[in-house]
Amino acid sequence: MATTSFTLNGKPVQVASDRDRMLVWVLRQELGLTGTKVGCGAGLCGACTVLVDLEPVPSCSTPLGDVAGKAVLTIEGLAQGTALNPVQRAFVEHNAFQCGFCTPGMILAAYALLKKKPTATRAEIIERLDGNLCRCGAHMRILDAVAAAGKEMGGGL
Amino acid sequence: MRRRAFLQSAGLGALVLWFRVEAQAAPLAAPRPGEYPADVNAYLRIGADGRVGCAVGKVELGQGNMTALAQLVAEELEVGPDQVDMLMGDTDLCPWDRATGGSLSLWQFGPVLRGAAAEARAALLDLAARKLQAPAGDLEMREGAIWVKGAPARRATFGELVQGQRLERRLEPVQPKPLSACTVIGRSAPRKDALVKVTGTAQYAGDLNLPGTLHACVLRPPAHGLTLTSVDTAGAERLPGVRAVRDGSLVAVLHEQPDAARRALEQVKAEWGGAEPGVDSQSIYRHLVADGPQLKVAAGKGDLAAGEARSAEVVEGEYRNAYVGHATLEPHTAVARWESGRMTVWASTQAPFRIRTDVAQALGLEARQVRVITPYVGGGFGGKLVGPDAVEAARLARLVPGRPVQLAWGRQEDFFLDTFRPAAVIKLRSGLGKDGYVTFWDYQVYGIDQNEAEFAYDFPATRYLATGSSGGTPGLHPFQTGAWRAPGSHTNAFARESHLDRMAAKARLDPLTFRLRHATDQRLIRLLRTAADAFGYDPAPAPTGRGIGLACGAWRGTLVVTMAQAAVDKGTGRIRVERVLEALDLGLVVNPDGARQQVEGAITMALGYSLAEEVRFQGGRILDLNFDNYRIPLFSWLPRIDVVLADNPDLPPQGLGEPPVVAVGPALANAVFDAVGARVCQLPMTPERVLEALKG
Repeated sequence: MATTSFTLNGKPVQVASDRDRMLVWVLRQELGLTGTKVGCGAGLCGACTVLVDLEPVPSCSTPLGDVAGKAVLTIEGLAQGTALNPVQRAFVEHNAFQCGFCTPGMILAAYALLKKKPTATRAEIIERLDGNLCRCGAHMRILDAVAAAGKEMGGGL
Repeated sequence: MRRRAFLQSAGLGALVLWFRVEAQAAPLAAPRPGEYPADVNAYLRIGADGRVGCAVGKVELGQGNMTALAQLVAEELEVGPDQVDMLMGDTDLCPWDRATGGSLSLWQFGPVLRGAAAEARAALLDLAARKLQAPAGDLEMREGAIWVKGAPARRATFGELVQGQRLERRLEPVQPKPLSACTVIGRSAPRKDALVKVTGTAQYAGDLNLPGTLHACVLRPPAHGLTLTSVDTAGAERLPGVRAVRDGSLVAVLHEQPDAARRALEQVKAEWGGAEPGVDSQSIYRHLVADGPQLKVAAGKGDLAAGEARSAEVVEGEYRNAYVGHATLEPHTAVARWESGRMTVWASTQAPFRIRTDVAQALGLEARQVRVITPYVGGGFGGKLVGPDAVEAARLARLVPGRPVQLAWGRQEDFFLDTFRPAAVIKLRSGLGKDGYVTFWDYQVYGIDQNEAEFAYDFPATRYLATGSSGGTPGLHPFQTGAWRAPGSHTNAFARESHLDRMAAKARLDPLTFRLRHATDQRLIRLLRTAADAFGYDPAPAPTGRGIGLACGAWRGTLVVTMAQAAVDKGTGRIRVERVLEALDLGLVVNPDGARQQVEGAITMALGYSLAEEVRFQGGRILDLNFDNYRIPLFSWLPRIDVVLADNPDLPPQGLGEPPVVAVGPALANAVFDAVGARVCQLPMTPERVLEALKG
């Protein structure tokens, strides 16, 4: 079987798996990274969001072959050692989750936005996160957390 | 859980307390005789490492009980909640519990856990007094150590105190601290599950990746009501690595990769027989009224006829509510392994002990041969009180001894097999006297029971007619229904509070005054005023054009008043919710920020059942099977949300998981009426229904 090479959380990896296989299964089964969740299997809920070259994609609908040569970032790669990423820290400080199942995808989607635009307005955050579902209703706190993280990431006041 | 097993697992050098949650703690269903163990319901352990452990059968679904329960223990033992290790939902290691539901975690465990921790405190002080040779009254306890006041060098840690001891105590009543002395209870505590959840390391049932795991996909009928007549798995079995298995009507394909198993299932050919139910999303309401059992008087008082005779006006209404899905973001998932005569099941469940019983019964095992372990659960809302996934996984695991079998329902399965909140119809007839007071209240409910239909309003004559079966009427609904966050109560509150609003408008009274004049309960009166003040409500009879609505609700001992403001687009029928405020009296608030999280979350979730969520179906076919058709609340729906928690610490915690969803629907319906003068009597208030109501 052909191998696919890409960068995963900053490190090069080679995966011997069908290139048509959806990335989420490769991450969860082959690479043991179970922080990426499966919520709907159809790219409708955002729980499986990972970043490919810093763009959020639903990994349940992204074939492995599509990430060849690219940089994939999952929730496991966001903290630097024990130092949480500013978005993770803000989620902790705002208690911006309940069951936590949407949280990895939510944090990555927010990080992708803030990385490009830490000054993102509330309306821009809402627009960007609207495809990420949260059933527990942590939305208000997530918005507050993302705005706070943006400030820390250089958005200023 | 056998006490001996727990003590063995506790090891030497430990102080162990066990205690009992009283059986009158109203559980989800009446306890069967002998079901509550004469034994104990929770354990507290202080280990040689000085850490405090607490084992309860409850589970953490996201609602934050792990943190609040730890706070109760931490308070008496003068440690931070982070120093309390909660062990939850493991049927081998935790004492029996019915289920995590009904907003019961703190209601049941609040007073008991505080008492137990107070007893542990007394026991530790007793040990320290002997070791430090000082009277217990001269000792100080903080951060896991005890020392002599004024002589901090004379100290011992919890670990040193229990070292080499093997202490077991049965809880005797010890008075917990007065609330005025509490430093942990009543203060917001960081969630104990925060770090694992933001780093992706929190383990859910589907995340175990046990070596040798086989992933299962189960054959499902295309519609409810159908049964398997023939099946051909040859096509699936030709695929590499696929194994097809069958246990009675349970047919599944197994593969080491979940996606390969899913593909293999597509190759299974099956034929189905039997008849689908003959109803659909439109005809269901007529069906519920016409085809249900005879209603019986469930409650009531006074003379209805006399009340009607005194009425200046009789108001009639019919209110409807739809089937709604739980749609937890984590679908039902279970992993089961059959090994050495024991079945171990890791399950995303609200009821690990019920699943233990279900699995044991399905497989003809003794309960002690089954262990259910509950990792983190990705939402429940009542949908995970039942666990057919766990039973299916266990049945399949039995067929492949030694191999873990993982069954993660796909989203379509999760919708198809969900125990929906039941649809319902409520017919209400009431009278208004010349004096602007309600004269009688005649309430008939079809499809659900009268749960929380009665409320703290004082009407002179009432009658509540219902089927009287709290679990729903078997066979009436075309598919399974079940508990959905505050079961029945939002539907009943929708009818009651909508109808009351219509009466207030007829009496030309504002919604607040009309409710206040029928409220006798002092907590409710206080809460109504608190909500109105906090909202900045200027009372005026509806419709005012402002789009402000008010509604009340209750769940067990917790009272809620919801105020909402909404704008209605008369052209499209779209409702834009601008603001929701809730005031709640839940008694003692253990973790104020945790409580706010629950209320904010419930308000946000309730926008769904109020405005959009409705499971559409045609016969036995569920038409909404994923999030493209079944729309749940999004960031862009979010109104301003305010939460007011009444100060009532003398009342023990009354529970909060459910009450804040109860009155959102009616508050919004009343807001719509106040905005445009149109009364929507059916939830969800879709644009079509709003337009219909606008036509009059």
